[in-house]
Amino acid sequence: MARRWTNTLTAADVTPKAAFLNRRQIMAGLGGMAGLAGMGALPGAAQADELEPNSWEDVTTYCNYYEFGTGKGDPAEYAGQLTTSPWSVKIDGMVERPGDYDFQQILGEMTLEERIYRFRCVEAWSMVVPWTGFELADLLALAGVQAEAKYVAFETLYRPSEMPGTAYRVLDWPYREGLRLDEAMHPLTLMATGIFGKDLPNQNGAPLRLVVPWKYGFKSIKSIVRITLTDEEPPTSWNMANAREYGFYSNVNPEVSHPRWSQATERRIGSGLFASRQETLMFNGYEAEVASMYEGMDLAQNF
Amino acid sequence: MIDRLNQGLRKVPIWLLYLLGDLYPGWLLYLGLTGGLGPDPVKALEHALGEAALQLLILGLAVTPLRRFLGLNLLKFRRSVGVLAFTYVALHLLVWLLLDVQILSQVFNDIIKRPYITIGMVGFALMLPLALTSNNLSLRRLGAARWRRLHLLTYPAVLLAALHFVMLVKGFQIEPLIYLSVVLFLLLCRIRVVG
Repeated sequence: MARRWTNTLTAADVTPKAAFLNRRQIMAGLGGMAGLAGMGALPGAAQADELEPNSWEDVTTYCNYYEFGTGKGDPAEYAGQLTTSPWSVKIDGMVERPGDYDFQQILGEMTLEERIYRFRCVEAWSMVVPWTGFELADLLALAGVQAEAKYVAFETLYRPSEMPGTAYRVLDWPYREGLRLDEAMHPLTLMATGIFGKDLPNQNGAPLRLVVPWKYGFKSIKSIVRITLTDEEPPTSWNMANAREYGFYSNVNPEVSHPRWSQATERRIGSGLFASRQETLMFNGYEAEVASMYEGMDLAQNF
Repeated sequence: MIDRLNQGLRKVPIWLLYLLGDLYPGWLLYLGLTGGLGPDPVKALEHALGEAALQLLILGLAVTPLRRFLGLNLLKFRRSVGVLAFTYVALHLLVWLLLDVQILSQVFNDIIKRPYITIGMVGFALMLPLALTSNNLSLRRLGAARWRRLHLLTYPAVLLAALHFVMLVKGFQIEPLIYLSVVLFLLLCRIRVVG
């Protein structure tokens, strides 16, 4: 086995809030601020203080992973049978070194770090998750991005024998997602391999998933088997299913409502029956870090 | 077999149905307060009440075809099934208003702007006069013919409830479509008999 990074931390070690103040995140925030004078406060850093992670129970039993069923509890119930080892990721398209990258080999090349991010689902609920992972930019550097590449396309494993939910064509399998190259290279964009310092449970997208904290959760594609660099905007699953409701960008935006519900507020998972809704933050609270990428774009049009 | 079942059912008191029907929301609330409904108790409670209401509405709609085609007599329970269905719909609405959306301006926006919520609200509005007249006094006051005509509102109400479910899910999902098919089938039974 390759040099596997092992964590001696437990969930109990995760909770101290100050420990989560991610240096890179603050740096990115400050960097963003320098270029965006007059943008107002520094939401990313200011709110990082308040980020109290959800419980392991919340994060691992309340999941959307339709390959295992559409119920929130289905993934925890049925994903156990998924074979995640061996695992390889095909990286192809406009890259210098295309090929099948073994997951263990990837881990050997990457430095894992912990990131506490807000996670906002398009269904108007949210969590805070302590991820372990590495920046997608580092993985793309491994494969060498060619100059013409403008987008990154991702594909989830499609294995009907282990994925009971795929018996129904809820979506056009395999699940597909995509990012613009600058979004993919952004330091906040994470390839997660774990939560709470442990390996990713299958229902959370083992062994390797994307986490894009300023976008609705469905952009953060799970159990990735293929990454393709292209010069065209790739088709994405929810957009293919219903283009009116799910745009390619799907940035968290309290001012642009989903046709069937408002996105102005969210229910924080794990806060009980009588908890108040919370205001949804622009770009899920990462405005200072990412807003500059969308300067001049009409976000209501490019939702 | 059916006769034995009918005889048995005749002995079941109606209050038992009301008792069980009232215990269920109480049980759900207890589960919600003690973590038994999972990480998102608000949605779980909202969905459980909505789904139970739809099931009761379907049961109410099935009473006549069950009697006509299978000889199973549930007529005695139909009113209580209807009243319980309305109770669940009202609780479902209350959970949505008070625990889920919470913000009054957003509630009005949702009712006007979101078709599946508009449809749900219309369904509730249709059921309101039915619940208010589900007693012997109203039946006498209105007269059997008018009372029966009024209660034909059940048909559009159940249809709207099933559509409400179909329209709120994401992606292509089977479960709400099964409910809608059952409702359509039961409604078709009526059209054939009437026509």
